[in-house]
Amino acid sequence: MSHETTTGARRTYVAVYVALLLLTAVTVLVSYVDLGLMNVVAALLIASVKASLVALVFMHLKSEDRLVWGFALVPIAFLALIMLGTLVDTMLR
Amino acid sequence: MSAPHEGHGDPRVAFESAKLGLWTFLATEVLLFGALFTAYAVFRAKYPALFHSEHLKLNRVLGTLNTVVLITSSLTVVLGVDAIRRGKARLLERYYAVTIVLGAVFLCVKYIEWTGEFHHGRYPDSNIFFSLYFMMTGLHGIHVILGMGVLAYVVVLSRRGRFSGEYHTPAEVAGLYWHFVDLVWIYLLPLLYLIG
Repeated sequence: MSHETTTGARRTYVAVYVALLLLTAVTVLVSYVDLGLMNVVAALLIASVKASLVALVFMHLKSEDRLVWGFALVPIAFLALIMLGTLVDTMLR
Repeated sequence: MSAPHEGHGDPRVAFESAKLGLWTFLATEVLLFGALFTAYAVFRAKYPALFHSEHLKLNRVLGTLNTVVLITSSLTVVLGVDAIRRGKARLLERYYAVTIVLGAVFLCVKYIEWTGEFHHGRYPDSNIFFSLYFMMTGLHGIHVILGMGVLAYVVVLSRRGRFSGEYHTPAEVAGLYWHFVDLVWIYLLPLLYLIG
């Protein structure tokens, strides 16, 4: 098993951790400012950046093969489909 | 048909299979939580004013504190995985033990929040926002409890000398599960506490 087991990997983990904390601070601070619909956009955008960092680095998705990527992304596509379909139905009823 | 299970003896293949199995499980988890996220989206679109007024009643500081706790626990998990990849079983046990403690801290904060809500007369049947709040954080809390159990089991296995730099599959897949629990919370914080 060839893993990145250098101190470089650990430095990356700590850097991602700091980035996650900073993004948390930003999203909480932004929530106190009234930006209308942009509050929702900003909050979901920041959450998605944080989620991507966790998946890519902490869950090592960036060094996984395409099969694992498929298993990670396909359920998200299905969730988007379920959400879109349900919203279209309930909003236009 | 000659060798249908060829490759299963290969530790590398076994490790990749176990990882893929865990990702498959996470796919079902995405859809489990996804149903609740969909319900959230539908009712938020329907009752924006209610969601706005109710979400202000949640304690943003405690929600943020718990976010920091869970993000820190993800770091200790990934450092634990890194430790056992280098063959350091004792270090893995220590990092995972810290993670379990952080999980307990998370649940304590959650307990304080929930009792606070109950104290103010806010229950799962108060309105649709609090129904979703208690369902989503409750289901997530169950995942935290299960995750703590899984991590504790990994620590026990490690104490028994089961893991090495070459073999430590349970530690890796338990870590993946814990990160997923963190991922769900990363979305729950903004949806429930920040933008309601």
